[in-house]
Amino acid sequence: MSIIQVQNLRKLFPTQKASLWQKEEQFVHAIDGVTFELRQGEVLALVGESGCGKSTLALTLMGLERATSGHIFFKGQEVTQGRGRDLKQLRRQIQMVFQDPYESLNPTMRIADIVAEPLMVHGLGGSKAARMERVVQALEDAGLKPAGSFLHRYPHELSGGQRQRVVIAGALVLEPTVLLADEPVSMLDVSIRAEILNLLADLRQSRGISILFITHDLGTVAYFADRIAVMYLGRIVELGETAQILQRPQHPYTKALLSVMPVPNPRLRRERIILQGETPNPIQLPTGCRFHPRCPIVQPHCAQVDPEWREILPAHQVACHEAGRRDNNE
Amino acid sequence: MSAVITSKAPPPATGFLGFWHTFRRNKMAVVGLFMLVMAILTALFAPQLAPYDPKAITRVTIEDIYARPSAAHWLGKDDAGRDVLSSFIYGSRVSLIVGFFASMISIFIGGVIGIVAGFYGGRVENLLMRFTDVMLVIPDLPLTVVIVALTKPSLFNIIFVIGIVGWTGTARLVRSQTLAVKERKFVLRARAIGAGNLHIIRYHILPLVLPLLVVNTVLIISLAILNESTLSFLGLSDPTTLSWGQMLNFAFTRGAMSAGAWWVLVTPGLGIVWLVLGCTLLGQGLEQVLNPRLEAHHLAAGPGMVARRLGD
Repeated sequence: MSIIQVQNLRKLFPTQKASLWQKEEQFVHAIDGVTFELRQGEVLALVGESGCGKSTLALTLMGLERATSGHIFFKGQEVTQGRGRDLKQLRRQIQMVFQDPYESLNPTMRIADIVAEPLMVHGLGGSKAARMERVVQALEDAGLKPAGSFLHRYPHELSGGQRQRVVIAGALVLEPTVLLADEPVSMLDVSIRAEILNLLADLRQSRGISILFITHDLGTVAYFADRIAVMYLGRIVELGETAQILQRPQHPYTKALLSVMPVPNPRLRRERIILQGETPNPIQLPTGCRFHPRCPIVQPHCAQVDPEWREILPAHQVACHEAGRRDNNE
Repeated sequence: MSAVITSKAPPPATGFLGFWHTFRRNKMAVVGLFMLVMAILTALFAPQLAPYDPKAITRVTIEDIYARPSAAHWLGKDDAGRDVLSSFIYGSRVSLIVGFFASMISIFIGGVIGIVAGFYGGRVENLLMRFTDVMLVIPDLPLTVVIVALTKPSLFNIIFVIGIVGWTGTARLVRSQTLAVKERKFVLRARAIGAGNLHIIRYHILPLVLPLLVVNTVLIISLAILNESTLSFLGLSDPTTLSWGQMLNFAFTRGAMSAGAWWVLVTPGLGIVWLVLGCTLLGQGLEQVLNPRLEAHHLAAGPGMVARRLGD
């Protein structure tokens, strides 16, 4: 069962308004035709390099950015252009964990107030005592024990990992069905990362929360994602089960990403695929396949025809003309 | 044994205690606070402190006019034969009342306009900021003089006029701070949990703009006091309220200069300097204490946080 369904979602940011000198309006194509679904209780990893539109996608799903076109369905209901009350209700169900735990907590508020804030905003939790009880519960669920010793502290008195737990507690207190985690561990010490990832994995287990896990690091993804979606320049280019993607990647971009992943075994050598050039300008996208200027297996027609989104193997979709056409797996 | 020891952990940087700890070490702020508190105490206990009642009707002889300072009248007498020290003590009340209330009006208008403009942006911001610019380029003094001249010169009108003239700087300052705060991630997080604009302004913008407002209030008090003195000196205040500017006005227009009665001029002058200086010192001191970018903040190394060698 799918919790969130996204169909052909597009988000363009205007960079230059049409004026006397500039006839044409220009846009940054942050998200350009994204289709996927997030299933009940799964962890879907959204992988891509910085600037490919991962974070914009999360913000659009939350209604923090308005989609230019396309549809977002939450539990079967269209929420794409929600406003006011509907949007507020949606934000009760979908919660977000941000990348930077040092910036995402208000330095003037105590931990108790930060975690209680969502309850206050939604008028939940009843009396002050009952609300505090839920705050304590959320803090303990997020692994801050004993919660009592954290309630009256300020964010700057906590470590990065503890702050991220506070952010997670603030998200949990509303008992959401979906958690959007936007690079939740990339700002943390490596030693803390596993703890936070374990915490997210536990929450999925115990509460059945669906998690959209946004990252640029395939290593953390392999750790606990059920499925992986690889994003390049505003579009998902490959989507499939984690094991499938990691072992039998179909898209040349995915292959390149995987080939540069460090392998613990020094005897096991892989050929590294180093992509040529840089990510194209998202204002003037390449014609045809958006990956063709950097693609190692590019064919003449790639520059003309945008590849279709097709199911190449069961439950494994890819947007590439050449994928599966010949054996690229060596 | 290790070669270095660290002394006690720094005190908490937040809450009133932490604030007081930093404040206490700022000489400027402490001196300013002392000067302001002295002035406030003088105003509060004026009836107890003043040796004479400046409003009492007394019989005046020719000797009383501009009488030199003496044991009975420490600061001499003015043109009407009244005790200058008593007038001076009572006069502090008007300066402080005008200073506080006028700056409250300024801070309120400037704060609201600044936050609304900075937070909502777009057309609202454009409109409010152009209005602010217009107010900013009109010279304050002629504008106040015109408004006071057109209304009745009462204490209330003076406060009102000074208040509605002095908010422009605050509005610009608050707007820029609001612009900086609203881009921070915790505001986005607040939106993500479903908070509305009013909630965000109340809980996330205001607390971070507040230190700036406090500093600005103190600085604006000094401006308001100066403005009030100027208006009184120009004869635009209520002639029945006794203020330092009024004293200067009377002294100036009634020949204190030619009579050589310096005590009538210098006394209220020094009073104004004392108050304005006190507020300015306190304001700038507070700015250093509250603005972590200017002065010590909880990450900056204080003398207690630096590791010392054993035996030093």
